[in-house]
Amino acid sequence: MADMDPVIRFRAAVALVGRFPVLAGVDLDVAQGEIVLLQGANGAGKTSLLRACAGLLRVVSGDARVLGEDLVANPRAVRRRVGLFGHATSLYDDLTAAENVRFAVRAAGGPIAAAGPALERLGLVGRLPTTAVGALSAGQRRRVALAVLAARDPELWLLDEPHAGLDAEHRDLLDGLIRDAVGHGATVVLASHELDRAQGLAGRIVTVAGGMITAAVDPFFPKASMHVA
Amino acid sequence: MWRDAVLVGGKDLRVELRSRVATMQVAPYAILVLLLFGFAFDQNHALLTQAAAGLFWVAVLLCSLLAVQRSFSIESVDGTRDGLRLSGLDPAGIFLGKAGAVAAQLVALEVLLGFGVVVLFGADLRDPGLLVLTAAVATVGLAAAGTVYGMMAAGLRVRETLMPLLILPVVAPVLLGATQAWMAALGQSSADGWKWMGLLASFAAIYVTIGILGFSTLVEEA
Repeated sequence: MADMDPVIRFRAAVALVGRFPVLAGVDLDVAQGEIVLLQGANGAGKTSLLRACAGLLRVVSGDARVLGEDLVANPRAVRRRVGLFGHATSLYDDLTAAENVRFAVRAAGGPIAAAGPALERLGLVGRLPTTAVGALSAGQRRRVALAVLAARDPELWLLDEPHAGLDAEHRDLLDGLIRDAVGHGATVVLASHELDRAQGLAGRIVTVAGGMITAAVDPFFPKASMHVA
Repeated sequence: MWRDAVLVGGKDLRVELRSRVATMQVAPYAILVLLLFGFAFDQNHALLTQAAAGLFWVAVLLCSLLAVQRSFSIESVDGTRDGLRLSGLDPAGIFLGKAGAVAAQLVALEVLLGFGVVVLFGADLRDPGLLVLTAAVATVGLAAAGTVYGMMAAGLRVRETLMPLLILPVVAPVLLGATQAWMAALGQSSADGWKWMGLLASFAAIYVTIGILGFSTLVEEA
């Protein structure tokens, strides 16, 4: 693993929203197969960091590489290989759950046969796959969005408050999904305020503040913690 | 590009079929516009017949605004535009798919309105070939220009009010050319309708090219 290129490699990465630097010089390495937890206060830059990793927020200076793609030169190159699960579900209300998953999988160039098992895995069975997403509850909508992620099976999972809106049973199911993805070679970066649950998943905890990485902690070896700033 | 266009166009048409906005709101709106023109010129039936082509295309133009607004409103809720960007779909394919779906809705609307113009205004179809070709080319131009400017305004909070201001002046040549070509086809003008159709074809070609080449930038900046 040590001689492999990291999945995420940011060096002094700066990203702007308008003229405001939401990322103000981020240094971060994430290796393949890691589960990294981003923690920090509201507005610290966790969501911006995830969006930058997905190629949705342009990095204007510094070095930013995800899955070997240079995000400064071409942020679009990495998008098909990452999955972002955030506050918004990116679902069409008038399409059914199954149609939404099939559309997302086909759009990403994935196998359409993956849609059915993903819906089933997320407990979307019976009438739910053929129900318009607009008629589903908030928790069910989030499960459909997770089914999209599972069916796309990206190399890098970027999860922003993934447990929010899910009941206890489906939080456990999500944790299982994340562990399975990592077991199949994926890498996961998640931002969460639910530290008890997220720390149980993460192999490393990174603190974000003011658009920068300020500390990195190994939860199993806290004495090896590195305080960056 | 074509695979992505079919995927996006199919998705947009499926959303419209399910939501029934086109059939329950846009189509009745178009018929209402025609009826109101009919009421306004009721006392002068000759004038109504003479103006039938212009009234038809004004109604189509107003409805195209609704169709374009709808096409981009479904990409403005709950992060759906981010979903499209993350999917890695070819932006030219997204443009062709969205413009194709708008064009398909406009064609259905034009059939309905054409029937209304013949029945309500007593229009006489002298050159059906010119009528159909003009409608086809004008529809492509309206859908392409509407999709380009719709994407331009999509990320703005004021898009609902800004979109007509952006689109209406731009598509004015379509209104002019299609009306003149139709007046010739309906025997109400001695002008050469085919020359006007040439103008419409140039307009459509320009905006389809702009959309294919420039949609990538528009999707990123919206």
